[in-house]
Amino acid sequence: MLNGETVRAEVEARTLLVEMLRVALGKTGTHVGCDTSQCGACVVHVDGRSIKSCTMLAVQIEGREVTTIEGVAKGDELHPMQAAFREHHGLQCGFCTPGMIMSALDLVRVDPDPDDKAIRRWLDGNLCRCTGYQNIVRAIRAGAAAMRDRQG
Amino acid sequence: MYEFEYHRPQTVNEAAALLADREEARALAGGMTLIPTMKLRLAQPTDLVDLGAIDGLDRVERHDDVVEVGALARHADVAANTAMTGSIPALARLAGAIGDPQVRNCGSLGGSIANADPAADYPAALLALDATIVTDRREIRADEFFTGLFETSLERGELIVAVRFRTPDTAHYVKFRNPASGYAIAGVFVAKFPGQVRVAVTGAGPCAFRVPDMESALQARFSPAALNGISVDAGNFANDLHADAAYRAHLVGVLARRAVEKAGG
Ligand SMILES: Cc1cc2nc3c(=O)[nH]c(=O)nc-3n(C[C@H](O)[C@H](O)[C@H](O)COP(=O)(O)OP(=O)(O)OC[C@H]3O[C@@H](n4cnc5c(N)ncnc54)[C@H](O)[C@@H]3O)c2cc1C
Ligand code: FES
Ligand code: FES
Repeated sequence: MLNGETVRAEVEARTLLVEMLRVALGKTGTHVGCDTSQCGACVVHVDGRSIKSCTMLAVQIEGREVTTIEGVAKGDELHPMQAAFREHHGLQCGFCTPGMIMSALDLVRVDPDPDDKAIRRWLDGNLCRCTGYQNIVRAIRAGAAAMRDRQG
Repeated sequence: MYEFEYHRPQTVNEAAALLADREEARALAGGMTLIPTMKLRLAQPTDLVDLGAIDGLDRVERHDDVVEVGALARHADVAANTAMTGSIPALARLAGAIGDPQVRNCGSLGGSIANADPAADYPAALLALDATIVTDRREIRADEFFTGLFETSLERGELIVAVRFRTPDTAHYVKFRNPASGYAIAGVFVAKFPGQVRVAVTGAGPCAFRVPDMESALQARFSPAALNGISVDAGNFANDLHADAAYRAHLVGVLARRAVEKAGG
């Protein structure tokens, strides 16, 4: 399952998940920065948890559920976390942003109301070359608040 | 990455059979070390045996004064598991401070100790908590498990199934974290049992080790001051761009005192 749809792709055993997503399935929203599990540009969700797709084999996710940045918005309506990144200038070049957002959504899963310290600690595996993180942290706090509001 | 054949066995026995039959077969757990190593072509397994579909290999359970953790338990699961946070909170916290969230969602206990990175966190916990490593063929005491730099007493094709940790009266782990990788520049795990104190160090030497001088001093008096004047031999300590051997030896003393203090000494 990719973003709620059943998909099939035939790949070599050595194909990385991110390669399958970008090349075989055309989902290029997931980026490759370091290719060495350091930068977090490639973060996607597998069965609801964030992982680095440059360090997982495509064959490992057979029969599992994958969500990429493309699966986050509802049609033209941005997800509250995406909207918060736009509103709070949480991105400049945007290269790290898909990974930041997928990582942030996993944080909200385990901690719906994270403070700045928790957000910074959680972003340990996501690097941004542009923003200095200040606005990313602000965006995630606002995105989490918007998600709580939406819930109830 | 070189080509390999991929297998996804359903049981420990099937996995063990594959590892025994194939020439250069390797187990695949979280892949956090193995996949990067294969990408760099530093490892060239003919076969990968993915442990991910084996039922129950990731469980965490408490039996009396022992907590048994399945080899495939992810660091994030160990950190959040209530059987673990309730009985050995120091170990739950250790697991929750490994790497970053994505590494913790994949990396496993079995993969970490099989790999035996000199700077990994779990090895210190296994030694200090007097753990037993259960494999597909025998049980190994932690004291006999870590034998050198990236070396363990595992035989070829031997599969770790679980690790049993003794529940201490109190314990604490302090690491001096490399800010880039998260790995320990040095880390000290102190555990106090009835009539026994165990102190284990990671990050400093070629593999994790215990410090008998500190243990006997703490057995006599469980207090940070009991460690004053006790130094560790930096002879085989790592000397690298992060820290030299003498600095690591100094850190071990400082971290040990902090760990004792946090453990209530
Ligand atoms: C960015 C990053 C940061 C990290 N930071 C830290 C840190 O701060 N502290 C720390 O301790 N670790 C750290 N790690 C290591 C990580 O936590 C994993 O524990 C480690 O990579 C190995 O676990 P794995 O499950 O991914 O194993 P794999 O990579 O799948 O396997 C590693 C080795 O163990 C073997 N193996 C796996 N499972 C078994 C088994 N059940 N029986 C026998 N052999 C087995 C494999 O064949 C392979 O040789 C970090 C890793 C990364 C990528
Ligand atoms: S591309 Fe995967 S972590 Fe950098
Ligand atoms: S916005 Fe450019 S890398 Fe983060």
